[in-house]
Amino acid sequence: MSTSAIRSVPGLALLTAGLMGSALVLALIVVPEDADQGISQRIFYIHVPIALTAYFCFGLGAWKALLLLWRGEERHDLESYVAIHQGTIFGALTLITGSIWAKASWGRWWLWSEDQLVLFLVLFLFYCAYFMLRFSLEDGPRRARSSAVYALFGVVLIPVSFLAIRLAEDLIHPTVFTRDGPQMSGSMFATFCVAWGAVTLLAYVLYRVELAGKRLDADLRDLREALP
Amino acid sequence: MIRARDLEKRYGRRRVLTGVDLAVPAGGFAVVTGPNGSGKTTLLRVLAGLAAPTRGELEVHADRAQLGYLAHEPLVYRELTALENLDLFGRLYRVPERRERIGMLLERFGLWDARGSRVSTYSRGMTQRLALCRALLHDPALLLLDEPYSSLDEEGAELLDRELAALAGERTFVVTTHDAPRLHRLATVEVALA
Amino acid sequence: MTYLADVAALTRKDLRVELRAGDTLPAMLLFVLSTLVVFHFALPEGTGDDAAYGLLWVAIVFAALLGLARAWVPEQEHGVLDALVLAPSDRSAIWLGKTLATLAFLAAAQVVALPAFILFFAPLDLTAIAGVLLADIGICAVGSLMAAMASAGRSRELLLPLLVLPLAIPLIVGGVGAAISPESERYLLLLALYDGVFAVLSWASFEYVVTEHSS
Repeated sequence: MSTSAIRSVPGLALLTAGLMGSALVLALIVVPEDADQGISQRIFYIHVPIALTAYFCFGLGAWKALLLLWRGEERHDLESYVAIHQGTIFGALTLITGSIWAKASWGRWWLWSEDQLVLFLVLFLFYCAYFMLRFSLEDGPRRARSSAVYALFGVVLIPVSFLAIRLAEDLIHPTVFTRDGPQMSGSMFATFCVAWGAVTLLAYVLYRVELAGKRLDADLRDLREALP
Repeated sequence: MIRARDLEKRYGRRRVLTGVDLAVPAGGFAVVTGPNGSGKTTLLRVLAGLAAPTRGELEVHADRAQLGYLAHEPLVYRELTALENLDLFGRLYRVPERRERIGMLLERFGLWDARGSRVSTYSRGMTQRLALCRALLHDPALLLLDEPYSSLDEEGAELLDRELAALAGERTFVVTTHDAPRLHRLATVEVALA
Repeated sequence: MTYLADVAALTRKDLRVELRAGDTLPAMLLFVLSTLVVFHFALPEGTGDDAAYGLLWVAIVFAALLGLARAWVPEQEHGVLDALVLAPSDRSAIWLGKTLATLAFLAAAQVVALPAFILFFAPLDLTAIAGVLLADIGICAVGSLMAAMASAGRSRELLLPLLVLPLAIPLIVGGVGAAISPESERYLLLLALYDGVFAVLSWASFEYVVTEHSS
């Protein structure tokens, strides 16, 4: 396949499917089971990549937001919105997979002691409010700029919240609680990387598809108005 | 002073301004007419810089310090007195000899006696006169007035007539109105919005 | 410096307008006191003081939200915000003036609320009060900006808490930690970090929220 065919969305989608398939096979069948946590540890291969991808999407959304404020080009508004939309979806998936992992490992659907999970809960609430903000404002520069500022607040909130959650943990469980399990073996690491690559690519493909779809909608609307 | 070509302003899907061209030289007096909803207020907001045009070119050779704006709303604080309102804007606009200028404007518009009362006690006509004072406070080179005669009583309208006649030619004006004949004498440019 | 003079003029204006309208401060005070009484009944017998500190922070945050909801109302009546934005002064001064005034009102409400808390529930040491002050700064800074964003749209009273609460979480952690933890410095540092970062961010981005393009 030529590189341009791969870069096009259908090409990327095919590649994503391939990678996801391999990741699933690797994670579920090929990789040896973790001695301590057993089968539930396999969720880790999908949960962490999804979490990292959500961060990546929020970061992309914030970057596009910065470009909008800095350069004033309208197209960045839609790009920022779609990125954050994807991030929120992956954030929700993080919470779901994390919850499943918690149930499988500790027998409970939610654990306040899991810093990452709590952080995602806070971020999820924050970014849901992003959509409420957009929904309440009329389409135009005001909405674009306010959304962009809010998106920037989001990425700043990530490290500050993380710190706060860590400190909050000390209030509730004064003992030090490390989540670092055993070191990953070579095959585990390889599986993890494949899974991470696959999920990131999936997010990127979804981003492109949604962006293209929304642009098409906007163009269609413009055309309809231009008609007498 | 103002050069606008093919201005368009959309709010979501609503197109409020389409294909507006406007050229106003320094010292010119532009009168903008049109029925309700034709975008007169939006045009002024775009010229003032409060709204960004969705399409078209716009050049306004006046910065914020040289711009005076009178909106549909009076743009004054109800809870403050006329003096306090003008003092605030006098400071923000760095008006030299602020107190004297405020006194002079209040007197000129017949508000001197009411200067210490809160705007919430004013009639509509008085509030509109105060709004005019605010717009003129910093002696702007460019004045954008949105239907300045509305809510003015007869006396206030005469005061405004006098003021406009005195400043026309030295300052640049863009005025929207329902009452075109009144301003016809002063107008150098006339624009009708559909 | 004219910037500081602008801020002073704007803060004075905000204080004056609010004191003359006269409804926000009493409402905030009454709200905090009522909430504290409700908490007494809401807490089961035998819960430690720690729970009370947590609830104090809930009361503070919601009282702040009450104040913030009214923050930009004077500017919305008669559309005055347009006039402020059109002035040649820096737009961020508008935000700073508003934040300082809101801060003054929140602090004034707390001058009554904190002694009431001490009376009803548990003592507050200096670090706890330092925590309250630092958190006040954070919530007013961020809240003023969010309130400005929300006021441009519809259902702004519903929207404001949604925008502010996730951002308030680190402040609550800091505040409660400052009150109950033996290592209160860490929590005060968290609050200081939050204030530094978010206040600067709010200050810098206000201009973008109230204008449609750079002019």
